[in-house]
Amino acid sequence: MNNFIDLVQQSFVENAFMAGTLIAIVSAIIGYFVVLRAQAFAAHALSHIGFAGATLAAVLGISGLLGMSGFTVAAALGMGALEKRIRGRDVEIGMILSFALGLGVLFLRWYTNSSSETVSVLFGSILSVTHADIILTLVFGIGTLVILAAIFRPLLFSSIDPEVAEARGVPIKILSILFMFLLAITVAEAIQVVGVLLVFALIVAPAAAAQHLTRKPFSAIAISVALGVAFTWGGLLLALATSWPVSFYIATLAALTYFIAVRIAHFARPHAHATHEHPDGEYIKAT
Amino acid sequence: MFSIFQYSFIQNAFLAGTVVAIVGGFVGYFLVTRGLTFAGEALSHIGFAGAAAALFVGIDPIVGLLTFTIIAGIAIGIFGKDLREEDINIGIVMTLALGLGALFISLYNGYAEQAYSILFGTILGISHTDVLVTLIFGIGTIAILVAIFRPLLFSSADPEVAEARGVPVRALGILFLVLVAVAVSMSVQVVGVLLIFTLLVGPAATAIRLVHNPLGAVSISIALALAYTWLGIFLAATGSWPVTFYIATISFLVYLPVRLLTART
Amino acid sequence: MDTNKVISLDGVTVELGGRVIFNNVSFAVEKGEFVAVLGPNGAGKTTLLKLLLGLLKPTKGDVRVLGAVPHRGDGNIGYAPQHRVLETDLALRARDVVGFGLDGNKWGIGFGSRKRDALIDAALKEVDAYRFANAPIGHLSGGEQQRLLIAQALITDPKILLLDEPLSNLDINHAQEIIALLTEIAKHRGVTIMLVSHDINPLLPAANRVLYFARGHSAMGTPDEVVTSATLSRLYDTKVEVIRSGGHVFVVGAEI
Repeated sequence: MNNFIDLVQQSFVENAFMAGTLIAIVSAIIGYFVVLRAQAFAAHALSHIGFAGATLAAVLGISGLLGMSGFTVAAALGMGALEKRIRGRDVEIGMILSFALGLGVLFLRWYTNSSSETVSVLFGSILSVTHADIILTLVFGIGTLVILAAIFRPLLFSSIDPEVAEARGVPIKILSILFMFLLAITVAEAIQVVGVLLVFALIVAPAAAAQHLTRKPFSAIAISVALGVAFTWGGLLLALATSWPVSFYIATLAALTYFIAVRIAHFARPHAHATHEHPDGEYIKAT
Repeated sequence: MFSIFQYSFIQNAFLAGTVVAIVGGFVGYFLVTRGLTFAGEALSHIGFAGAAAALFVGIDPIVGLLTFTIIAGIAIGIFGKDLREEDINIGIVMTLALGLGALFISLYNGYAEQAYSILFGTILGISHTDVLVTLIFGIGTIAILVAIFRPLLFSSADPEVAEARGVPVRALGILFLVLVAVAVSMSVQVVGVLLIFTLLVGPAATAIRLVHNPLGAVSISIALALAYTWLGIFLAATGSWPVTFYIATISFLVYLPVRLLTART
Repeated sequence: MDTNKVISLDGVTVELGGRVIFNNVSFAVEKGEFVAVLGPNGAGKTTLLKLLLGLLKPTKGDVRVLGAVPHRGDGNIGYAPQHRVLETDLALRARDVVGFGLDGNKWGIGFGSRKRDALIDAALKEVDAYRFANAPIGHLSGGEQQRLLIAQALITDPKILLLDEPLSNLDINHAQEIIALLTEIAKHRGVTIMLVSHDINPLLPAANRVLYFARGHSAMGTPDEVVTSATLSRLYDTKVEVIRSGGHVFVVGAEI
C-alpha cells in the first residue's frame, strides 16, 4: 500500500490526473450535445482522423496534440459546413475516416517500425503525457469550457429543434461549425487519455448513460460530468494498481455503467418512449 | 515489373485479395442500402478484440475474429431494431470490445507485430492455408448471397410488404449480419480491422451513385473492389508503402468525385 | 359457407401489450366492395390489416379471408402500404419496385426475362406509371410512388386489395387521381378493396361502405348510415357532431 501511495504521488501521475480530469469534464459536456445531435459516429470518425494527425506529427517531430488537433479541426470544419444533415451521412463520414486512417498507416510506416508506438496512439498514453501537452490541454480545455458556457442556450435550442431555432434567429449554421470545432479539439484531447479507438468511452458513454437517467439538460450534464470523471479516476487508479491499461478500465467502466443506466431507465419507466416518437411506431410496436 | 508474379506470396495475396474483394463488393451493396455501415465498422472493431483474445490464448486469430464478429452480428440482428439509439448501443459494445483488445495486447508483449497486422492488414504476408480458408469461406458466402438475393433486396426496400408476402424478414436480417461478420473477418486480412470501410463501403457507395438498378450496382461494386485490391497489391508489391494505404486512398479518390458530381438518386 | 363473403371477422378480440385493440368485433365484406376503413390513430386500422395479412393472430374469435384462415404470403391479397417506406438509397427503378410484387419473395437472383418485363410493363400501364418505368425511385413524387405500390400489389392478380393510408401526403388532385384509379381497377378486375384512411371526404364518391373503428368497437354501413352524429357518438361514447355541408363531411368533437 505504501508503494501505491508513493506511486500516486509521482509527478507523472499527478499530471495524468490533472489532464485526465479536465479532459473528462470537457468530454462529458461536449458529449451531451453529441448524443443530443445524434453525431456519435462523427465523433468516432474524428478520432480516427486524429490518428493521421498524430502519426504525421510524429514524423515531423511536433507535438502530437497539435498534429491531431490540426487534422480533426480541418475535418470537423468540413463536416460542419456540410451539416444540417450529418445525421444519415454515415457513408460520407466513414469514407473520410478510412482515408485518414490510410494516411495514418503511411505516416506510421515513415515514422517507425515499432508497433508499440502505434499501440499507444491507438489505445492511449495518458500516463506518459508530456509537460507541453499538459499546458496545451489546459489551455484548450478551459477555452472550450468558456466558449461552451457562452453558447450554451442557443446550442441547446438548435440541437433540440433546429427549425424553430432558425426561425427565431439563432445562427444554427455558425453554431454547428463552432460546435464541430470544439468537438474536434475535445476529441484530440481525449485521444491522449484513451487513444484513437476508445474516444467513445469518454465522449459518448457518460452522456448517453446520463440521458437515459434524466431528460433535464442540467441534470444530464451534471451526471455526465460526474460519470466521466469517475471513469477516468477509476481507470487511472486501477491502472496504477494493476498495471493493466488505463483505456481498458475506462472503456469497461463506461460500457458497464451505460448498460446499467439502460436497465435502470427500463425499470423506472417501462413504457416510456424517446422524445421523438417515430410516426410509424404503430407498425413496429404492434407485433 | 511483372516479374513479381513469380513469387508465391504475391500469388497468394492476389488470390485471397480477389475473393475478399468479390465478397466485400457484394456484401457492401446491402450494407450501404440497409444503413448498416456503422454496424459494419463496429463489427470489425469487435473482431479485433476476438483476434487479440485468440492470440492471447494461443490460437489462430482468425478463429477469434470469426467467433466474436458472428456472435456480435447475431446480437445486432436480434436486438438491433428493438432499441432506439441503436448506433450508441452498438458503439458502446464496440468500445467494450476494444478495451478488451487493449488489455490483451498489453498483457502479452510478444505480439504487437501481429496486432499491427490485424489492425492494418497483412495481405502480403498470408500463408497458403489462409488462402484456402479464405477461398472456402468466400465461396460459401457468395453462394448464400446469390440464393437470398431477391428476398433480401425486397426486405431491404420494403420490409412490411415483404413480410406480408411471406419473406422471412427478420431471419434474413440476422443471416445477412452473419455474412457481414464473415466478410469483415475476411477483409481484415487485406485492409485490416480499422479500414473495413474502404473495401466494404467505398465500392458499393460509389456504385449506387452511378447505376440505378440492383444487379448493375452490385456488379459495379464488385468490379471496383477488385480493381482497388489488385491495384493496391500491385503498387505495394513494387514499392514500399503499405497495401492498406493504397486501397484506402484509391477508394476515397474514386468515391469523392462521384459523390460530388452525382445527385442523390 | 357464404362464398360471397371474402372477408369476415367474428367476435374478434385483439389484445396487444396490455391494451385491448379490438373488443368483440364482427363484420363481413362482400366480393367487389370498396370499403373505407376509418378511425382515430391507434384505433386498430393497421391491426386489422395485420390480421388479414396473417401477420397477427386474434386473441379471441375468428378471422376468415376467402373462406380460410389468413396466412402470410397469400397471393390472393395485394398489400400496398404508405409510400414513405421506399428507401431512396437503394439504386432501384420504378420497374424494380413493381417487380418485387411478382417474385421478390423467391430465392435466387432472378435475372430478367421478356415475359417478366411484359408483366411489369402491363402493371405499370394499368396505374399510368409506364412513362417513368425506368426512373430511379428517389426521383418520383409521393403520388407516383404510391402508384408503384399499387401496381406492385396488383401484379399477382389478387382478389383483395388492402391499402394503408394511400392518400395521406398527397394533395387533393393526386388523391382524387388515385381514387379514380382504384375505382377503375375495382370495376375492371372485380377486386375487393379495403382502404385505410383518416379522411372520409375523398372517398365519399367511391366507397360502398364505411368501416369505422373507435375504442375497440366497430360500426359498418354506408357512409350515410355510419358517419352520423348518433353512430359516432355511440362509438366514441362522447358527444360527436357530424356536419354535412357543400358535399363535405365534417366530424366535430372527435379525431376522425
